[in-house]
Amino acid sequence: MASAEIDVKYVAHLARLALTPDEEKQLGAQLGSILGYIEKLRELDVTGVEPTAHAVPMVNVTRADEIRESLSHEDALRNAPRQANGLFIVPKVVE
Amino acid sequence: MLNQLTISELTAKLTKREVSAREATQACLDQIARVDGKIHAFISYNAADALAQADAADKLIFSGAKNSLLGVPIAIKDVLAVKNQPLNCASKILGNFTSTYDATAIEKLKAAGAIVFGRLNMDEFAMGSSTENSAFGLTRNPWDVTRIPGGSSGGSAAAVAADECIASLGTDTGGSIRQPAALCGCVGLKPTYGRISRYGLVAFASSLDQIGPFTKDVRDSAILLGAMSGVDPRDSTSVPEPVPNYSAALDGNIRGMKIGLPKEYMIGGLHAEVKAAVDAAVKQYEKLGAEIVEISLPHTDYAVATYYIIATAEASANLARFDGIRYGARVEGNDPIELYSKTRGAGFGAEVKRRIILGTYVLSSGYHDAYYLHAQKVRTLIRNDFLKAFEKVDAIVTPTTPTAAFKAGEKSGDPLQMYLSDIFTISCNLAGICGISIPCGFTKNPKLPIGLQLLGKPFGEETLLKIAHAYEQATGWHKEKPVI
Repeated sequence: MASAEIDVKYVAHLARLALTPDEEKQLGAQLGSILGYIEKLRELDVTGVEPTAHAVPMVNVTRADEIRESLSHEDALRNAPRQANGLFIVPKVVE
Repeated sequence: MLNQLTISELTAKLTKREVSAREATQACLDQIARVDGKIHAFISYNAADALAQADAADKLIFSGAKNSLLGVPIAIKDVLAVKNQPLNCASKILGNFTSTYDATAIEKLKAAGAIVFGRLNMDEFAMGSSTENSAFGLTRNPWDVTRIPGGSSGGSAAAVAADECIASLGTDTGGSIRQPAALCGCVGLKPTYGRISRYGLVAFASSLDQIGPFTKDVRDSAILLGAMSGVDPRDSTSVPEPVPNYSAALDGNIRGMKIGLPKEYMIGGLHAEVKAAVDAAVKQYEKLGAEIVEISLPHTDYAVATYYIIATAEASANLARFDGIRYGARVEGNDPIELYSKTRGAGFGAEVKRRIILGTYVLSSGYHDAYYLHAQKVRTLIRNDFLKAFEKVDAIVTPTTPTAAFKAGEKSGDPLQMYLSDIFTISCNLAGICGISIPCGFTKNPKLPIGLQLLGKPFGEETLLKIAHAYEQATGWHKEKPVI
């Protein structure tokens, strides 16, 4: 766990999150100190320890493959910022 | 004052027809009108809708219906979906979002006859410990309006403490029910992971989030837990454990029970008056016939660091869905990526951005194993500490928070200090066990509530509530009310 400076601009791009230059600077400093604190986990030897993803792991939770009531078309579009002809409107994706 | 009643007191009066659900609901609305200008627990509420639900409940009561929560006004944290009500997660990014369905917990409350009303303030997307991270303004602590109510469920705690509702719902990912309950002087229960369905709860950290009640006494928490618990086909992480009659277990008899006192929780930052109140509570438990056993949870010191890797990693993935396409606010862009980035940059507040960046970083190529996988392994060690301790004891007792409520603005400039205020509550979520905070005294000057945290075995809520109830009934701290 290297005490790396976060490349905030690069990570913000991965997260699809526009930041102002001021935000980038402030986040860089704050995350530096948070990562410094997190470094303490390095002290622990976790060789042979299984990771916990869920405290109560449930496996193969399935239901019968049958048609059930679900969100109506109208409800699915009810909160859309832009819609037309029963579709979400998005910027052009292909040229 | 009907708004001051507990659920069990109110339902007794409703059943005997001494009062109507309309009168009880109106009393809550009157109290909101009187005090919420100062407290600001509610982001919004629809009085006409609440009264219409009350009238429907009165009709049912008149026809002899006996649903367990019939006519009880319960207010909801702004992170749970209630059909046709606004849902904002105290964020700008959801715009004018209105829920198209009920969360399972809400559906169950409605089926039990509750009047589900109001949107309670919180830290944006439940990220925070003071409710200062809301896009809808600060919530104030009813005991001292210059202080924070705790967070993230600060509105839920303040509304119950200020008697603006009979009970409320919140959510707890690292202490967001227990910490504000402690700081506002009410009872807050975080059930075991998987006890209550998370369907309709906007996800922050999916492996840690749980819904739970804020109430005026332990019996009410038992009632609401029973009403909301159970497996749900719409949440594959809900657990098919039987749901006991939690209220029936509250007999006050805890003679011979073993309560663990972890030595790692007596840290330097623990305020002297908080320590004194917890010490007194431990003595009270001895008087009640419980045996106090010193235990060790050796990985306690690593919990906050572990939490801020796992919770932010899960949050960065969960919050990817807020992209301005299907719902919520949108800032237009020339291509989809520009639209996503601008929408998210304008819609999320500072703390949410901080956690998305941290979470994205710990999951990114080259860092995943060093941070995220490592933290998941430490999580195993933390969980094992608790499972080992619970071989010897029935419950664990600790302070809920290191200090009483702090001043608004005191920690908002230093995220790490804010994170460390959750030091006693975070392990419970990582371990997936249950926990409760109950009032155990007050600081002297100013008079601020102190919370006692009890932690129980996975799906051990029955015993946890029994132990909490015995202390509550022997002391009566929960009956004290703030002057607003």
